[in-house]
Amino acid sequence: MKSVSLLLALGLGAAVIVGASCGGNPPPQPVTPNADSAAAAERAKQDSIAAAQAEAERQAAAERERIARQREADSIAALSRASEEVRTTLAAMIHFDLDKSSLRGDDLGTLDQKVAILQANPGLKIRIGGHCDERGSDEYNLALGNRRAQSAKQYLVSHGIDASRIETQSWGEERPLVNGHDESAWSQNRRDEFEVTSGGDNLHRP
Amino acid sequence: MRNEIRFAALLLAVGPFGRPAAAQDTTSIDRGVRIGIIYRPGVRPGLVMLPRTGGGMGLDSVRIMVARDIDYSDRFEVITLPGGDSIRLAGSPTAKRGTGRRPGGTAATGGAQSGSTLNYPLYQALGADFALDITAAGDTTVATLHDIAAAGIRRTVRARLPRPGDPDFRMAVHRLADQALQAALGTPGIAATRVLFVKDGKVYQIDQDGADQKLVSSTNRQAMSPAWGSDGRQFAYMEFQAGKGWLYLQEMATGQRTAVSTTGTALDFTPAFSPDGQTLAFSRATEEGTDLYTINIKNNCCLRRLTVGRFSDNLSPTFSPDGQRIAFVSTRPGLPQIYVMAADGTDQQLFAPFDYGVTGSSNAPEWSPDGQSVAFHRDVAGTLQVFVLDVRTRTVRQLTSVGRNEDPTWAPDSRHLAFVSDRSGYRQLWIIDLDTGRIRPLLQQSGARLPAWSPRLSEASSSTP
Repeated sequence: MKSVSLLLALGLGAAVIVGASCGGNPPPQPVTPNADSAAAAERAKQDSIAAAQAEAERQAAAERERIARQREADSIAALSRASEEVRTTLAAMIHFDLDKSSLRGDDLGTLDQKVAILQANPGLKIRIGGHCDERGSDEYNLALGNRRAQSAKQYLVSHGIDASRIETQSWGEERPLVNGHDESAWSQNRRDEFEVTSGGDNLHRP
Repeated sequence: MRNEIRFAALLLAVGPFGRPAAAQDTTSIDRGVRIGIIYRPGVRPGLVMLPRTGGGMGLDSVRIMVARDIDYSDRFEVITLPGGDSIRLAGSPTAKRGTGRRPGGTAATGGAQSGSTLNYPLYQALGADFALDITAAGDTTVATLHDIAAAGIRRTVRARLPRPGDPDFRMAVHRLADQALQAALGTPGIAATRVLFVKDGKVYQIDQDGADQKLVSSTNRQAMSPAWGSDGRQFAYMEFQAGKGWLYLQEMATGQRTAVSTTGTALDFTPAFSPDGQTLAFSRATEEGTDLYTINIKNNCCLRRLTVGRFSDNLSPTFSPDGQRIAFVSTRPGLPQIYVMAADGTDQQLFAPFDYGVTGSSNAPEWSPDGQSVAFHRDVAGTLQVFVLDVRTRTVRQLTSVGRNEDPTWAPDSRHLAFVSDRSGYRQLWIIDLDTGRIRPLLQQSGARLPAWSPRLSEASSSTP
């Protein structure tokens, strides 16, 4: 809805600009009568009117073209802004309790948003990366990270997303998001990351 | 202790002397608390390194290295003599049991036979059971082991060592030390061994005495979990590549590496060689979870799945030295614990006992080369500690308690373990001797992890091309 009203506003604004530029065109100046020939004068008048009109039309056309281009650019910007927002929502991480791979209740909303985005963008494919904090065993964390990625994937699949659209991988504790040795760092590092693998150029809002 | 006291008394009689050469490394060692280790001081045989006589190329560094190796074996009470030759010279004329041997002798004119006259009673008074003499005869280095009580030479070992500075020099000296130790005790030593480890995502090797650290990784991709082949000629490790975990085999001598044939489709990790070198066991993480597989690496065939976890993960395999069984980690009880099965995947059962709901996660098992123990680490009150499982009685004991201690790996003598500890403030590699409880740092650099101790390295397996 937001995007539609934004587009409407942009369109209206463009129309106002077009109108203003047409009305703002100076009217053709009256030509001084030629004593020699009223006909010539009339002809000259007609010529100059025609010239002025042609000039006005040419300017109006140029302006229309400029507006059209601007509008197109604006709508592309708007679209890519929307796409960017969708991408940000899609990339929102979810987090886990220590040594756990079960989804937390406060993350289900985040996952539901991803379900909606995947449904609104049938060409979109993603990869989920499972990560752990440094406290567990280095090698076991590879298995735990795998479980964490699978947990999120299973949730998305159980909400109707085709499994073939979701890749998973585990990084264990090898890619910490935050470097630190306290609970604040650890809790941020126990996470799933979501990234687009294909079909992410023009994402639609759900 | 008794040896040091006697020695001190004797030194007072002899006169001023230099700083003992090997004492430096031992003074700051005992920071670790020992739990479950029975320390019996004084029961180890005393060994004295004889002062040098005569010169020889690199003889001093050979002597220092051999003395350190003997010390690090933790099998002797090492008695260090002062730098001068006063004791030896003072002893020679009064030698009573050295009859029949020519007195004196220099390195230039001969080795053991000519230089063997020792004042055995004097060394016996020092508490020595053995005396080790390192001399040079031409281009040959001679290690002579004297049996003090028998008042004679136990064995003479001759070696043509590479020049100091040669890449093979240190390993050759370590082998000499191992031969001397074997001559004394009948048990092979661990001087000619190395430890692989991971630091900053790369695999390195380091000699067991902390020397010759060297990069062995050949790519910039992140590596984990190095594991030695049982002949010491190759190792396996895991590398992150394109979002998967790839297993590679790499030749130690040439650095040549090959990907394991079935790898690259999933996250493969924690490789482990079977003792006969035919089979590689590993963990594979897929959408079904993590399970154990084996593959024949000689014929690149016969991928075999050993566990079917479904709702649990199975990982970190380690073969028994007879190749019949595999210990591993399983999350089937909820948290990871140590399990065991036959090498074909049958007869899976709990290995290291735990109290359900009380005992923390247990991980990183490694079967000892003598087959009697499995070392692993376990979460105790939020940090990790090294444990050892007795295979026969299936009881566990905790070895460490200071700081975080993890990823133990056995030396070939099955009595030393290298492990990662942050007891000094940052994570580095340490070595503990299970018999004496002595702990020494192997590598004083932050960030080292996942150590793997080599088997004994023969000349062929450790030579540098």
